Amino acid sequence: MTTVTGPGTGSESGAGTGPEGTAAPGPATNPNALIGALVAGERPPRPNALTTSLAFGWRAMLRIKHVPEQLFDVTAFPVMLVLMYTYLFGGALAGSTGEYLQYLLPGIMVTSVVMITMYTGMAVNTDISKGVLDRFRSLPVWRPSVMVGYLLGDMLRYVLASVMMLAIGLVMGYRPHGGAGGVIGGVALLLLFSFCFSWLWTMFGLLLRTEKAVIAVSMAVIFPLTFLSNVFVEPRTMPGWLQAFVNNSPLTHLCSAVRGLTEGTTPSAHIGWTLGWSALFVLVFGPVTMRLYARK
Amino acid sequence: MMTGSGAAVEVAGLTKVFGGGVRAVDGVDLVVPTGGVYGVLGPNGAGKTTFVRILATLLRPDGGRVRVFGRDVVEDAEGVRARVALTGQFASLDDDLTGAENLVLLGKLLGYGGRGARQRAAALLEGFGLSEAGGRQVKGYSGGMRRRLDIAASLVSRPDLLFLDEPTTGLDPRSRNHVWEMVRAVVAQGTTVLLTTQYLDEADRLASRIAVIDRGRVIAEGTKAELKASVGAGSVHVRLEDPASRERAAGVLDACLAGVTQREDDPVALTVRLGGGGAAAAGQAATALAELARAGIGVESFSLGQPSLDEVFLALTDDGSGADRAAGKVGV
Repeated sequence: MTTVTGPGTGSESGAGTGPEGTAAPGPATNPNALIGALVAGERPPRPNALTTSLAFGWRAMLRIKHVPEQLFDVTAFPVMLVLMYTYLFGGALAGSTGEYLQYLLPGIMVTSVVMITMYTGMAVNTDISKGVLDRFRSLPVWRPSVMVGYLLGDMLRYVLASVMMLAIGLVMGYRPHGGAGGVIGGVALLLLFSFCFSWLWTMFGLLLRTEKAVIAVSMAVIFPLTFLSNVFVEPRTMPGWLQAFVNNSPLTHLCSAVRGLTEGTTPSAHIGWTLGWSALFVLVFGPVTMRLYARK
Repeated sequence: MMTGSGAAVEVAGLTKVFGGGVRAVDGVDLVVPTGGVYGVLGPNGAGKTTFVRILATLLRPDGGRVRVFGRDVVEDAEGVRARVALTGQFASLDDDLTGAENLVLLGKLLGYGGRGARQRAAALLEGFGLSEAGGRQVKGYSGGMRRRLDIAASLVSRPDLLFLDEPTTGLDPRSRNHVWEMVRAVVAQGTTVLLTTQYLDEADRLASRIAVIDRGRVIAEGTKAELKASVGAGSVHVRLEDPASRERAAGVLDACLAGVTQREDDPVALTVRLGGGGAAAAGQAATALAELARAGIGVESFSLGQPSLDEVFLALTDDGSGADRAAGKVGV
């Protein structure tokens, strides 16, 4: 069929802007002058890295506001862990649940928070599949600020989880001898480590193709890392080869540091190791993440 | 060619190869002038999306150079990003946020303060007829609303060059008209729009220059008039009152028109493709109509039309890569 399209479509010039073939005025769209005015005009100066990171952090807050169910993992889940481990193992491992709670609480707090860091990778992966990351990547902003934004939003979740666990612990009889200062110091160190460690997840979120793959890999990393540590039991009860691993695990150092701070001591060596591991995680996985982000 | 003077986009020898050796973009050279709508027309899988993603700095080219307003997309990606925006085929929006929050977020990221970003979001929502929907989560939007919000999101930055990748694919006719109106409004302000489409009709209505691409290559480029002229000046369509007079009519038309007369499936229809220039065509057609009347052949209808882009596309794919592919390639 050879049919000539559109009446009078042969105009040679200005066809792109001409009124030819004007569509029926859209009922929902306002006059075009309005849209035109939105395009013209001055652009604001380029914002700095802090501003854009905070803007992405604000986005994470909004997501929590709109989908509050996602807070289940930082509220009910940690409380469940405290209750389960205390009453399940307390009698067997420390003679009484009360004594075990004193040993366990800082460790279970570390475990829970480090475990929930893995949701960051899933969030990154979901954004890729939804296409919203393309929008962010095409903006003239400091590139890591997208990732920093995720992590800033997650900080709030980690604080919430820590507070929940401390609260239930205090109700159950946990007494931190380091007082408020020690507890705040311990939580601060935990947050810093989590922020740095999370670059591992942002990397996996970008690297792996599906959310399921991200979950599978994250589990395979997080379970050995958190359980093969001094969170639940003293390492001296373990076989020698395992002690070698456990005593040098970043989680053991972090757990000892947090435990020390909440108990009112200053475990300088463990704090030092924790800071060192934190730096290492950022320096290794940060650049890999950003490279993958640029190449995606 | 790569002078950087005035052109919005200059592409030379651009190549992108994906895994498995698929040459999605295979040696493209193009210059997109500043202002107006530039159409990139091609069937599904022609490489349009890959091409646009490279221009918007989302993909790295494997070979060749691309400059946007004189800035290299690899060496000065940041500089390019400051002046362009992309609305992709699939909405780049956060479904969990409201329409307004999506726009405010982009405003903040682009340097508007909190209040400035909110004002700009409100203005954009109004301009795109989304004021009422602005407070609702995007996941509840219809396809047309989503597309409008996505285009609005691209305009937050006041781009000098807007990429629209198949902006009307999957939209109903009314939403499609909205999008066309928006494109015209944006272009009227001096923003250059590079639009990809698989609809010939869309390129015909909006674009002033068109590149036709197929299998990662540009198979034709020029103004609409040039492209149409490349397949002839147009066609004369005649419908006769009596099918019995068709052969006689064909003889008359052959005698007075410099073209090829085709007998359509319809037994009363004839089409003559004219070979000459555009201005001469009208004169020839007038003569042909008079000659038919003089021969006593009853004419039911008679029309002269410019060749459609359908014809252009068929002619190009026919010439370039063999008749075997032409049939299935035109995505209309």
